[in-house]
Amino acid sequence: MNRTLHAAAGLAGITALLLAGCATQPAGETSTEDVTITYSNFISNGGNEENLAAIVEAFEAENPGITVEVTTLPYADYGTALQTDLAAGTVADVFDIEYANYAAYQANGVLAPLEVSTPDAYRPSLLEAYSTDGASYALPSSFSTVVMFYNADLFDAAGLEYPSAGWTWDDERAAAEALTDEAAGVWGDHQPVSFYEYYKVLAQNGEQFLADDGTSVAFNTPGGIEAAEWLVGKSGTVMPTIEQGQGTPDFDTNLFLEGKLGMLHTGIWMFGAFADVPFAWDIAVEPGNTDQASAVFSNAVGVSAASENVEAATKWAEFLTSSQTMVDIRLDAGWELPPVADEQALATYLEKDKPANRQAVFDSLDGVALPPVVAVGQTEMQDIIGEELVEAQAGRKTVEEALASAEERINALLAG
Amino acid sequence: MSILTPPAILPDATAAAAPRPVRPARRAGRSRAARIRYSLTVLAFLLPSAIPLGLFVLGPMIAAAWISLHDWNLIAPMRFVGVDNFAQLLADPATGEVFLHTVGYIVGYLPLVYIGGLLLALALNQSLRGRTLWRGIYFLPVVTSWIVVAIVWRWLLNPSTGIVNTALAAVGVDGPGWWTDPAWAMPSIVIASAWKDLGFVMVILLAGLQSINPDLYDAARVDGAGAWRRLVSITLPMLSPSTFFVVVISLINGFQVFDQVYAMTGGGPGGASQVVVQQIYDLTFRYGAAGEASALSWMLFAVILAVTVAQIIGQKRWVHYA
Repeated sequence: MNRTLHAAAGLAGITALLLAGCATQPAGETSTEDVTITYSNFISNGGNEENLAAIVEAFEAENPGITVEVTTLPYADYGTALQTDLAAGTVADVFDIEYANYAAYQANGVLAPLEVSTPDAYRPSLLEAYSTDGASYALPSSFSTVVMFYNADLFDAAGLEYPSAGWTWDDERAAAEALTDEAAGVWGDHQPVSFYEYYKVLAQNGEQFLADDGTSVAFNTPGGIEAAEWLVGKSGTVMPTIEQGQGTPDFDTNLFLEGKLGMLHTGIWMFGAFADVPFAWDIAVEPGNTDQASAVFSNAVGVSAASENVEAATKWAEFLTSSQTMVDIRLDAGWELPPVADEQALATYLEKDKPANRQAVFDSLDGVALPPVVAVGQTEMQDIIGEELVEAQAGRKTVEEALASAEERINALLAG
Repeated sequence: MSILTPPAILPDATAAAAPRPVRPARRAGRSRAARIRYSLTVLAFLLPSAIPLGLFVLGPMIAAAWISLHDWNLIAPMRFVGVDNFAQLLADPATGEVFLHTVGYIVGYLPLVYIGGLLLALALNQSLRGRTLWRGIYFLPVVTSWIVVAIVWRWLLNPSTGIVNTALAAVGVDGPGWWTDPAWAMPSIVIASAWKDLGFVMVILLAGLQSINPDLYDAARVDGAGAWRRLVSITLPMLSPSTFFVVVISLINGFQVFDQVYAMTGGGPGGASQVVVQQIYDLTFRYGAAGEASALSWMLFAVILAVTVAQIIGQKRWVHYA
């Protein structure tokens, strides 16, 4: 009934558990006895649970005496759960993190420095992304890129050329307009209106989100306004409006699955979900305006600095991120891309069908837009830009007003 | 603490009227040991509720007070900052906004749920066929999970495909954007909340109605009072203790509105339905400001306490105990 008290109860509970966690934590010792390590993840949620279980099984077979206990959470709840577990001292031995949060977790001392036995196994740039002062604090578990999916049948029906590497925003816009048939419920294009799309379209227009020194924003420029207009202008013309459901979970992918969406900007993690659709589809590198820029997302696993079994936990973290078993399972399932250095290992990935143009995944790596990262206020910054862009999308503000407001609010946030 | 707990804050009618009972003079024969035994017995009876109260209410409140004096992101060690968090909250325009939105919610919700609950109680106080079944039906939402209710209402109020707008379109009305429109987000939450809590208010008022002495109505009828007159001059005054209870509980709960906001709008669009507790949640779990969130919890507690004390003082003017 009393939520203040409930909130307070939660905080006190956290405190109590934190204290309890500290009190019961013995000095780290290695033993040859059987150990059970816990692994908390979101990466397998939504269709890859069995693939993860197969990796766990292979690891346990190779490492008798170590048992891995897996907890899988939806991505949307994972961050809150992880924070609460960290505060309470109940965090798993090994847990997933995202690139955008790595810096904050590392700085707060929750990640154990890792002794990586085979650093050469990893793609150097990915391993480097999770290193601080020369030491690895997390291991990349996968990477994925965002590309443009298209319904080839709809393109054929409209007599349009398929998207190709040379496309720009203008080509995409023209195709989207030709494909949109509101009476039939068919839409030409879908691109979310969010922070994650905005920093990318900025890069596609030769602009950047943060100024070079990282203490203020740099998007309120003519080029930045053009990029925002490209993003929000689809709504109501070639993309459904918020009132029509745009922005609700799975709205865009369901529309694509129903064969009612011409083009869809989303990640290669959707390959599996689209494998059995009754129409032809393929992918292309996202068109840019002045530059080619694609979003690359990378997940990683960290070992808790408070773990009692750092050694066993590190073993599991390495197996999960660099073993041949993992590479085979991920490639076979189309479960993002393994973070390994060995290009040969990825050859089988290219040979697979659905989609045929898998080369686009690697081509998209030629121009990468990395998310802007700030030390304090990352989530708030992302919320502010997302909120202001949606105001512009809904027509409650002009794009200029929304960006000016976002600039003022984020600069105030970054100034502390 | 269930919302169905009898209202402890309602002063007992006899206690209010009669002078404080004089403590009986201690009997010389009663030994010290007997008094200790008596105290221990009292304590034993209190413990089952005192232990959870201390563990899950008082302890956490004290902990929150301690956290409110620190800068804490849940992960790094706490840093003592004194009353900085309170000062920051008072200087932040967002604090005023979330309180304003919360008050806006209460202003919309309270009349709706009270009048609706009163009408239901009056209707179901008559001898209707299947009266118990109707009472059960109207009470059902009260015991339904807020998350389920919120999802159902999001469907009903879906601007493009929802039943409500479809029905409005059928009669030629262009339905609003409900939770996608900043102006309608809070009304959407108010409607869903009033619907869910209607049964609770109904039950309390029904109990109040049934405790009214029927002789009063008979006497009024003899004096020629019509139905409206009986409602205004007998029912409402005699119902005032129940009304008082409903208002106090609804205000306390209203200031802490969260579940429906979190599940229906998340505080959006554009922060239009951001309420105090949602802000506490965001500060803690999204923005890494648990200290500020704890300070805000205490500010909310102070506001609720002040409002409740004001009501208890103010009740003398309008609450009639039989």
